[in-house]
Amino acid sequence: MMNIIKKFFSNQPSSKNIAKERLQLVLVHDRSDCSPELINRIKSDIMKILSEYVDINEKEFDIEITRDRQQGSSKSTLVANIPINRLERIR
Amino acid sequence: MSEVIVITSGKGGVGKTTSTANIGTALAKLGKTVVVIDSDIGLRNLDVVLGLENRIVFDIVDVTSGNCTAKKALIKDRRLDGLYLLPAAQTKDKEAVSPENMIKLVEDLGDEFDYILIDCPAGIERGFKNAIAAAERAIVVSTPEVSAVRDADRIIGLLEANDIKDIKLVVNMIKMQMVQRGDMLSIDDITDILAIDLIGAVPDDEAVVISTNKGEPVVKDESSLSAKAFINIAKRITGEDIPLLDISVPTNFMDKVLKIFKLSK
Repeated sequence: MMNIIKKFFSNQPSSKNIAKERLQLVLVHDRSDCSPELINRIKSDIMKILSEYVDINEKEFDIEITRDRQQGSSKSTLVANIPINRLERIR
Repeated sequence: MSEVIVITSGKGGVGKTTSTANIGTALAKLGKTVVVIDSDIGLRNLDVVLGLENRIVFDIVDVTSGNCTAKKALIKDRRLDGLYLLPAAQTKDKEAVSPENMIKLVEDLGDEFDYILIDCPAGIERGFKNAIAAAERAIVVSTPEVSAVRDADRIIGLLEANDIKDIKLVVNMIKMQMVQRGDMLSIDDITDILAIDLIGAVPDDEAVVISTNKGEPVVKDESSLSAKAFINIAKRITGEDIPLLDISVPTNFMDKVLKIFKLSK
């Protein structure tokens, strides 16, 4: 009975929602079927090319390859988040 | 040509062997001819779950090493027409069989059987590669736990990478009381995350433990909820379109009140 009352007044999300959120997060990483080495090479190449045009924020440069499953087939997507400091490159 | 289905999960202990035994038995009860193959070499168990452990003469390694033919190694279940077991070897290790061996073995069984179910060992190493080599369909078994769902996701990725397109999900050992309380992942949560079609949901059921103790698949007696769930899975495998079994349990008053408050948060 005490347990029920405790639960009644608790503001915590149900444990299954915690489970679901944790799973969704961990699967984003699991599903990226790319080696860190390859990611780093892609990252540095993109950085090199983009730097010729704009001034990018190298610290917050983030790229990721994720695999999304859609009933029977899966496709990979490259997601990049590249903050730009200045639009025009200072030379 | 017989349809070859691998039953796999990645994680151990989620009920692959129990599912294989019960789906195989249910298919045979529906009048199909079925071979169930235990590919867990070194840790065989399908024989005890089916209650056929005392009748083993030859095993899978005898077949792949050429000691006997695939058909000769089959054990016929005397209690049920149409059900055959090819047991794993207990004293060898998984390296004793190769994926090519498995493909040849299934070919040698020919097309006189309607279904060949392959019980896959846990893990993603050699045993897994052997088990999926000859399969054209896959059933992934998971339980409503984070570890099992995560492993299932990995397995689905590996199956797809190996060109197995027809992949279906069984959610096993569901404790409905906990799901209804919001303390266990629901079937919808799991299909959401894994993004594959569900072929059946099996409740956590004492009847499974009791029947396994006796060496009889739970589907032999069709009265339990888990038996009904497995029979439905077998029917869906044959192409029948049947609605999902209602496995919800009656909630008590306090649970209902709690649920209302949870939803409003």
